[in-house]
Amino acid sequence: MLSECFGDPRARTVAGWKAVGGYEGIARALEIGREATIDDVKASGLRGRGGAGFPTGLKWSFMPKNSARPHYLLCNADESEPGTFKDREIIRWTPHQLIEGCLVGSYAIGASHCYIYLRGEFFESTNVLARALEEAYAEGLVGKDILGSGVDIDITLHVGAGAYICGEETGLMNSLEGRRGEPRIKPPFPAAVGAFGMPSTINNVETLAAAAHIARHGGEWYRQWGTEKSPGTKLFCVSGHVNKPGNYEFPLGFPLMELIEDVCGGIPGGHALKAVIPGGSSVPIMDAGDCRACTLCYEGVEAAGSMLGCASVIVMDETSDIVKQVRRMAHFYAHESCGQCTPCREGTTWATRILQRIEDGRGTEDDLDTLVEISEQMTGTTICVLSDSLAMPIISSIEKFREDYLALIRRGERVGAA
Amino acid sequence: MADNGRKAETVTLTMDGQEVTVPRGTSLLHAAESIGTEVPHYCYHPGLSAPAQCRICLVEVEGAPKLQPSCVTMAAEGQVVHTDSPAAKRMRQGVLEFYLVNHPLDCPICDMSGECMLQDYVFDEGREKGRGREPKRVFGRDDFGGDVLYYGDRCVMCTRCVRFMDEVARDSRLTVVERGSRAVIDTFFDRGLEGASFAGNVVDICPVGALVSKDFLHKARAWDLDHTPSICPNCSHGCNIELHTRDNLVQRLKPRENQEVNGHWMCDYGRANYEWMNRPGRLEAPAVGRGSDRRAADWREALELLFASLSAAEGDVALVGSATCSNEALAGLVALGEEMSGGEAGRVFRSPRAADEVPLPGFPLLVRRRDLVPNSDGAELLGFERAGNDDGQGGLEHAAEHGGVVIVLGDELVDQGEEFGANASLFVYLGTFDTAAAANADFVLPITTFAEEEGSFVNAQGRVQRFQQGLRPPESARPAWLVLGALVAALRGEETPGSAPEAFARLADAHPAFEGLTWEAVGDRGAALIAEAVHG
Repeated sequence: MLSECFGDPRARTVAGWKAVGGYEGIARALEIGREATIDDVKASGLRGRGGAGFPTGLKWSFMPKNSARPHYLLCNADESEPGTFKDREIIRWTPHQLIEGCLVGSYAIGASHCYIYLRGEFFESTNVLARALEEAYAEGLVGKDILGSGVDIDITLHVGAGAYICGEETGLMNSLEGRRGEPRIKPPFPAAVGAFGMPSTINNVETLAAAAHIARHGGEWYRQWGTEKSPGTKLFCVSGHVNKPGNYEFPLGFPLMELIEDVCGGIPGGHALKAVIPGGSSVPIMDAGDCRACTLCYEGVEAAGSMLGCASVIVMDETSDIVKQVRRMAHFYAHESCGQCTPCREGTTWATRILQRIEDGRGTEDDLDTLVEISEQMTGTTICVLSDSLAMPIISSIEKFREDYLALIRRGERVGAA
Repeated sequence: MADNGRKAETVTLTMDGQEVTVPRGTSLLHAAESIGTEVPHYCYHPGLSAPAQCRICLVEVEGAPKLQPSCVTMAAEGQVVHTDSPAAKRMRQGVLEFYLVNHPLDCPICDMSGECMLQDYVFDEGREKGRGREPKRVFGRDDFGGDVLYYGDRCVMCTRCVRFMDEVARDSRLTVVERGSRAVIDTFFDRGLEGASFAGNVVDICPVGALVSKDFLHKARAWDLDHTPSICPNCSHGCNIELHTRDNLVQRLKPRENQEVNGHWMCDYGRANYEWMNRPGRLEAPAVGRGSDRRAADWREALELLFASLSAAEGDVALVGSATCSNEALAGLVALGEEMSGGEAGRVFRSPRAADEVPLPGFPLLVRRRDLVPNSDGAELLGFERAGNDDGQGGLEHAAEHGGVVIVLGDELVDQGEEFGANASLFVYLGTFDTAAAANADFVLPITTFAEEEGSFVNAQGRVQRFQQGLRPPESARPAWLVLGALVAALRGEETPGSAPEAFARLADAHPAFEGLTWEAVGDRGAALIAEAVHG
């Protein structure tokens, strides 16, 4: 559904997108009205694809009704989670899919202005989207009186400057307003005080793209895929030790091992699976045992001890150096911490330096306890969840791959290819 | 909670097992304060917005999934809060350890040592031994301009200074640059704090030794300083301050919170002007006789001779006061004039005046006033008329040539020549320094400065404010209210006022503007005069 037109440049034009049923979603939404559109999305059970999995229809219904203040829809296209590359593909192959999703979302929440916040490094995607948006404006699909409905919806592209933290919803709002990209304290929640102090809703690219299809076909239609708690389809970004990495769209609930072995052609060189990070770097690491029965839906991955996140499946075979991978991740989070909250500012850096020392063969067993304790101190103690996101891989890797750490600490032996 | 459409004005919650009732909208941090519990905090400051980013004020609220920042979590009815639960304590210990990972622990050479919130909290609750083994991050020192130096290594990134400049001074000159653990406070390119009017406050609100005063750098240890509640003498706004003294010298001025006057703040002009309080070369002993007849005398002799001269004096009396003097001293001078048989020939005072006022935009009550003296309003209430120009000079032609009695109190007469008072039948000079213009004085009497005595001023808001004695005066200098009070008492045949409060009580009896005020009512926060009396 979402990836139907990937690889087909014709879908980048209004005509090409209409040829596959595009812009019927917004037309139907305008016909059935705001409330019915929200009800459709609620009925579909669509959950936010940015990582948290919050029900989209419910989020939309938080927006105040009959308020005189302007409402904003913010589309989070600051896709920066390590291992994630789904939004980029949606934008560069099917920009109109996103534009239509933005129109549906804006209409449903009563916003006459939508901002698409693009990751600074998305040069090609931004160009494709800008061209598509220009055409959509020219065709009367965006702007004043869209499709002759009397409804005005403008869309503005805003390119970030390349900061992971600006993908956090309130960090994104600050950045959009020209402030430092620092997450805000909640409450107040964005639906009450969001961008520019106005009621705002923020949705991921994939969420809005899916909403366009739901608007066209209705909520029940979407439930033909997926599980009761995780309806619909999902793009899985598979990277790491597989023969055929890439984006794959499957119904939620798809078995993880089938994805790795059948769809992605298994692990190169006949190596055995060692670990999988199923949802982008910010979730606990699973060992091979955890993976065996894991199904890729919100509840399935949770049952396996991790989180689906944004479904970015990072596969590591037996040659992987877990300590190095975790250190590499820690470095990323330390570099991207905005620096507001003490546990994150100091904790991510400190953890990185301890991990580096262990990797360099100068670690002690006490360091592992310190790392776990630091990680616990970084969990639930800050404004946003950036430091929690590092705590999870640290704690889970020490729990599941303690031997790898000990080999380095006791014998200076690196497990896996250095 | 029963919601009948109208919310109660107060909420009652349980804090550390104790029931507390606070006004609705009170933060948990303040609710804790009301039962005498200090919840550690860095980024929160009562005069600034609360970003809840230092994360050390987290407390446990029963029913909440995570610890809550007490600075921005409002007290709610029936809430059960633990500031000292194992979870809260463990978290605080963890945050303190994070702070110390990169902190240089250079307390022995840090000016903040002894009044540092990091030191205090770590001593209270920190781990016994740090676990950090990595080399510490080094930023070095940065001159922010003005009186402010920044030690990045000591910084806890609470951003109080940035928020002060943004929200209170409304003069955004500081910002956070870089992010994560590389973040530091910095100025915008070469535009530092030089020329800002209120930047010195960032040193006061810095919870650690990251922002320090160049003027105070390595001058004294915090624990060696005595703190005396006082009033800033450098303009007529009368910011509440503390004199920080050591070795009988004022080392620095610090603002003392008073929401009616100056909030938590004071201006850089006022803060920087204290060296005059330490000026050497003071008048040491009373002297009697003009010109070559001048000789030192002890107070008893001087006052007896002066009493006799005053009783016998002919002609009317010209009074020259000073707005640097207390209400008690000025009222003593007025009372003395009233006792003179020849009647009065006018009361004047002079004061240097700045061209403009300097307001603090984010706390509009606080204005650096034009009058650069503390008691011009008190002097005017007591019937003194402003004379001279905006440099505090000139305007004494009448007194200089007056043929009757001339009494000068507190005005150093720097612009006057030796001929001043040459025609006077009796010329009395009460001052802190000898001056050429006192050559013709029959009596030169050494008095104390405001820093060396107790007393009160009236500020530009019409508020009476008390100050206390912070310095030991030179050997024989006496408060002017005592000298003048003794003379008036002798002339009237009554008791000499034994203290500043007694002198104030007499002043309040004699002057309608001060009616009904007592020394106790003025207290250490001050008290407003009745508006009609001030402006009527």
